[in-house]
Amino acid sequence: MTRHIRRAAAFCLLLMLALALNATRIQVFQNDTYDDNPANRRQTIARYAQERGDIYVDGRPITGSVDTGEQLRYERTYKNGPLYAPVTGYASQTYGSTLLEGAADPLLSGTDPQLAPFPLVDGVARVRRPGGAVHTTIAPSVQQAAYTALGDKQGAVAALDPTTGRILALVSTPSYDPGLLSGNGTSEAQHWTTLNNAASKPMLNRAIGQTYPPGSAFKVVTAAAALDAGVVTDLDAKTRSPAPFTLPGTSTKLTNEVEGCKNASLRYAFEWSCNTVFANLGARVGLEGLVGTAERFGFNDSDLRIPSRVAKSNLDREMDPASVALSAIGQYDTTATPLQMAMVAAAVANNGDLKSPHLVDRTTDASGRTVSTTHPSSLRQTFNPGTASLLRELMVGVVEDGTGSNAAIRGAVVGGKTGTAQHGIGNVGLPYAWFISWAQAEGDPQPGVAVAVVVEDAAADREDISGGGSAAPIARAVMRAALAL
Amino acid sequence: MTDRVEKSTSVVPVVHPRRGTELALLVLAVGLCVLGYLNVGLARYGAVPGNVTDYACGLGALALLAHVAVRVRAPYADPLLLPIAVLLNGLGLVLIYRLDQETPDDPAALAQLTWSTAGVALFIVVVVVLRDHRTLQRYAYLFVAAALALLVSPVFFPAVNGARIWVRIAGFSLQPAEFAKILLAVFFAAYLAANRTALAYAGRRVWKMQFPTGRVLGPIVAIWLISVGVLILERDLGTSLLFFGLFVVLLYVATGRTGWIAVGLLLACFGAFAVGSLEPHVHSRVQDWLHPFASIDAGRGPTQLAQSLFAFAAGGLLGTGLGQGHSSLIGFAVKSDFILATAGEELGLTGLCAIFLLYAVLIARGCKAGLALRDPFGRLLAIGLASILALQVFVIAGGVTGLIPLTGMAMPFLAQGGSSVVTNWIIVALLVRVSSVARAQPDAYEQLPEED
Repeated sequence: MTRHIRRAAAFCLLLMLALALNATRIQVFQNDTYDDNPANRRQTIARYAQERGDIYVDGRPITGSVDTGEQLRYERTYKNGPLYAPVTGYASQTYGSTLLEGAADPLLSGTDPQLAPFPLVDGVARVRRPGGAVHTTIAPSVQQAAYTALGDKQGAVAALDPTTGRILALVSTPSYDPGLLSGNGTSEAQHWTTLNNAASKPMLNRAIGQTYPPGSAFKVVTAAAALDAGVVTDLDAKTRSPAPFTLPGTSTKLTNEVEGCKNASLRYAFEWSCNTVFANLGARVGLEGLVGTAERFGFNDSDLRIPSRVAKSNLDREMDPASVALSAIGQYDTTATPLQMAMVAAAVANNGDLKSPHLVDRTTDASGRTVSTTHPSSLRQTFNPGTASLLRELMVGVVEDGTGSNAAIRGAVVGGKTGTAQHGIGNVGLPYAWFISWAQAEGDPQPGVAVAVVVEDAAADREDISGGGSAAPIARAVMRAALAL
Repeated sequence: MTDRVEKSTSVVPVVHPRRGTELALLVLAVGLCVLGYLNVGLARYGAVPGNVTDYACGLGALALLAHVAVRVRAPYADPLLLPIAVLLNGLGLVLIYRLDQETPDDPAALAQLTWSTAGVALFIVVVVVLRDHRTLQRYAYLFVAAALALLVSPVFFPAVNGARIWVRIAGFSLQPAEFAKILLAVFFAAYLAANRTALAYAGRRVWKMQFPTGRVLGPIVAIWLISVGVLILERDLGTSLLFFGLFVVLLYVATGRTGWIAVGLLLACFGAFAVGSLEPHVHSRVQDWLHPFASIDAGRGPTQLAQSLFAFAAGGLLGTGLGQGHSSLIGFAVKSDFILATAGEELGLTGLCAIFLLYAVLIARGCKAGLALRDPFGRLLAIGLASILALQVFVIAGGVTGLIPLTGMAMPFLAQGGSSVVTNWIIVALLVRVSSVARAQPDAYEQLPEED
């Protein structure tokens, strides 16, 4: 019997050993599989167990965290949510996070390895760092000026510092309060449905997430291409442009809405936005030249991040000559985001040296130690230095003598370009009003701001929607705020 | 071990009672539990829990009373048994108190402490009243009748959560099967001790295998079949598995017939397959075990087993620390069947292995008492009680860690549940009693002659 008791005892102890081995398998060797299972709430709980890092504008936080006492403890709050929604995006426990909240999420939620002085030690000790802070480049006065100027209109504003690429304002209207989506309750679900179903699309970030046909505002790009290619060398020379202009290879005749465009000089054509002249110049520059210049401005780039992704602005790479001519006046398949058009103005203002647009100035950890700093960097040289002064001259002429007089500011040199883009099948849709511009305060060595405004005012009288009428005053307000004039 | 050394140096063997060792270990056990209790409060609220003195005094008093009873009535008892029981029970209270923090509307720690008090009271009663374990032999048939009555009784009460295992008397919920397992263990031990020679050597031989006569084997198989049948009807499969395992182990130890183990295992496999494919309740448990994440893939969210596995995985090597895990995500039965998941998450693999080791030592000490005893009934009783602990730990711990299909059962001493904690205290009391007898024998550790 003794031997059998021993064996039975050994059997019982083997059972304990089996348990310990199985526990080792789960807890040490396969724990990652379980930890990363999407149905495992622990990572979510840990994520919301601490206050989320804040987003700052000019040294002041525009976000906060509130302790709900629930399982997912901290919820995001926003100060002046609708104003900054196109900058921050939302950080929702239900719907994830977008824009800056999304792009900087690892830093804000404390998982970014850069936050840990010794990442390996943290990994072993399972330390989650307090969330870091993101300091944006947004200038609150410019942001507020743009938001106020847009008012009830549907549209967007993007403003840049042309010499650094700092984004000074990013506004989209109508806006929404991202704080409505922070939690995980039924009211969040209701707000989500309401906001998504609203015809005015308040959650659409029109400044970087929506593209519009740029219309005549695109003529800045066409002018740059024509000057670079040597198609035009003298701003005041006749351009040998017929009016009306027959699109190459077709019998379609293009006309103007203004007088005096036949054989007009580039200066006159630019100031008064002659379609025939620019269609003609576009056709003479050709597909390759036009696409090349546009792409140096940033068109067809789907990888641009500020750090959230910017929608791709488009200029077709393959077109027949008639479409090239139409594209040269910002029609056909040509589309651009307001930020892209602000980059066009910024490149002109900064002598062709296009700086990388960016929204994050620097990031810090919770104690204020700097984690990373964004240094201004050149994205591309967009056109020849010789072209730069001519383009500046053209844009200044628009404000001083042409269609953009509404943007003039006392005490500053302002260059601009209007645009009124038809859209919809047979151009029955309400047109979009564009104004892109830059401004340099008298006495300043460099231009201080470049801005693009788009207004898609469905409520307005069709005749009243024009770049110079609707959009230029908004651009003026934004530039005045930026230059503090 | 020191006993052996002293024995070799002196002519008259001296067996130390080792009550001082027991007391020291008890102080350590109570101290560890109080530390755990403090840890929960500090981790959760950054403050010492207000009732920590009550808890410390309560547990300490229970340990002390039990110790005094052992010192007076079972002076040669194994000094490890009581401290391990106190430590496991105290740790269980800490874990339940910790989980109470997640369910403020449904506190369970105080009730569990009350049940533990009842358990320790019964422990003392058994140690004091039962002078000689062989007395139990006389009441074997009374016990088996009582066991069967207990097993049948829940049929007359409504099912709770799919299992008909509860009896409600005067506001108390009891699980009669818990008490029945001790009675059955005593009966099996007594019957097999009386009939083991007949079982092993009489009867017919069929192809290399010796089968006992029907007269001897009949009653025991019948009782076993009835108990298992009742359990299947009541859907308490964990206990059913436990009884089956207990029966096979005791039969093997009593007769030494390896062939019967094989037959037992075959029967078990056949039974498991039949029940697993025919009974929908069990079938779903087997499916859960084979595919713990199937419900997640199907969009129905994680099952309790999946949540339990998440909890263990979250614990890793060192655990999150008491009060800082999220095992409450398991939901229903987190304090009872799934209590080990909380230990796994908050104490980590380290803590879990320590707990398994405590059980292993408890079981080994029970087996050691069985080895040292000379009466077959005592030997079978000791090994039977030790195997009940081992099988119970294996069935539930294996279930919640996905090693075997999950069947509801209480983790001895750790889990919430009055019947279970009381039963386990009686088991330890019986082990204390038999170990005292075993160690008091002057030649306790002499190598016994092999009988077969």
